[in-house]
Amino acid sequence: MSPLKDNSIFSWTYESVANTLGGPEWLAYGLGAMAVIMVVVNGFLLIGTIFTWMERKVVSRFQSRVGPNRVGPFGILQAIADAVKLLFQEDIVPRRADRLLFNAAPIVMLAPSLLALAVIPFGSGSYVADINIAVLYVVGMSGIASLAVLMAGYSSGNKLALLGSMRAVAMLLSYEIPLVMALLGITILAGSMSMVDIIEAQSVPFLLVSPLGALIFLIAMSAELNRPPFDVTEAESELVGGYLTEYSGMKFGVFYLAEFSNVVLAGALFAILFLDGWEWAVLPSHLWFLIKVFGFLFVASWVRATLPRMRIDHILAFAWKYLFPLSLVNVVALAMETIAWPDPSPVQLWMMIAINWGIAFTAIPLMSLVTNLGTPARAGQRVVQTEEVN
Amino acid sequence: MGLILFYILGGLTLVAALGVVTTRNIVYGALFLLVAMSGVAGLFVLLFAEFLALVQLLIYGGAIIIVILFALMLTRTTDFSVATEHRRWPMAAVISLALFGLLAGAAIGDSGDYNTYQRSGISIEELGKGLFENWAVPFEIASIVLLVALIGAIVIGRSGEEEGGEGDQG
Repeated sequence: MSPLKDNSIFSWTYESVANTLGGPEWLAYGLGAMAVIMVVVNGFLLIGTIFTWMERKVVSRFQSRVGPNRVGPFGILQAIADAVKLLFQEDIVPRRADRLLFNAAPIVMLAPSLLALAVIPFGSGSYVADINIAVLYVVGMSGIASLAVLMAGYSSGNKLALLGSMRAVAMLLSYEIPLVMALLGITILAGSMSMVDIIEAQSVPFLLVSPLGALIFLIAMSAELNRPPFDVTEAESELVGGYLTEYSGMKFGVFYLAEFSNVVLAGALFAILFLDGWEWAVLPSHLWFLIKVFGFLFVASWVRATLPRMRIDHILAFAWKYLFPLSLVNVVALAMETIAWPDPSPVQLWMMIAINWGIAFTAIPLMSLVTNLGTPARAGQRVVQTEEVN
Repeated sequence: MGLILFYILGGLTLVAALGVVTTRNIVYGALFLLVAMSGVAGLFVLLFAEFLALVQLLIYGGAIIIVILFALMLTRTTDFSVATEHRRWPMAAVISLALFGLLAGAAIGDSGDYNTYQRSGISIEELGKGLFENWAVPFEIASIVLLVALIGAIVIGRSGEEEGGEGDQG
């Protein structure tokens, strides 16, 4: 309960209820906690909504289009117009659907990302909880989201939805391992799993110290978030809308919002783990943190606009044969460096950075030679093989 | 406060556990199991074992239940979703009651010490040191067992593939 007391929103509400209005202590505590939750959750969902607009705008610029420009200046109110449209849409539940699971799935999808917010520090001193296993907590919460995908796919009573959710879960399970490995590297470097400790441990942003970890995190996170080039779960040309096929109205809206909010959450994680959170601030810490998050969001939109969709078997092979060994190399290298220099001086730190960049630049091409993934020679062999079979 | 939460979580766990054995729909059974596991994770939090609680949620919620559901959906759910046959329930009941007796006996026998313990959270540093210094050999044995199980699963999976003639080595 102690970290809440430091929160300015909490203490302001607490003080005004308990002292100025003379309310009982439990009421003051409850209202204070409610105020914090209100601000954090709504602020987060608002940023998620802004991101839906931003991504459409950024992607349309990449594709030489204008994007939404009718509602409000630069179309910024488009997200609100979409929400209103979804609210008035008919709510259809298919006859073959499992009603209970069908209705519960969107809630199970959105709830974990809101729960994960509890450990995210948005600025210096403004976090809800600083638990010593925060990194693991976020991973655990993201695991529940894949359950929601399965629930949605199963309960729709639709083959395409079921296929979409099967693909999604196979992918989520595969990419969770490299993701956790990348987070493990950060934990080894910082010597703690607490978000605040990790930020304080970064005398140099971990993006520089562990470039391989940052790359693995980016790739695995795009897969966890079902974003291109890993969006096979809702590949329109193959599966209609994947597990979202049967959803309409605000239930679809909740899924949509959860997807985009998860990207924002991933951005916050990236900013904390690799970009030193709110530190190195030239602006107020909350604003500085938001700028870093939106930097990540821009890169995410950029990737979406640039890369074509991968095939599901390529995606799984990439996770197990390429990304997983690479993440092991990353963890072993970081662990050995931490044993050699438990408390690095600036010179040792820069040596560590040089070694890690060297490892990144040798391991990435070397691993693609060893695993022989996606090289032209292999692709040629495949064509020859299928011709022989035919 | 702690006691109220204990009764809420314990009740949730019990109701969900009853749901696992009484429901006829096997997918609902798996989801009930998840709720029961999450309830146990909540009880771990009440005992200041946050790490254990998260691992419980991560392994059971994030992995085992999903693999169970995955397996159920890969098999033909229309044939298996509603179980009609449960003739072996007396044996299951006897085993469950015996296990309950054993655990309850251990808990009651131990509860005298329990109240005198200083209860506080254990940091992951302490947990890691305990695992890799005092209990390194059992830990390594457990990891070897898991590795053997993994290799065995792959061997069984691959042999089925070759017999089925679905391998693309041709």
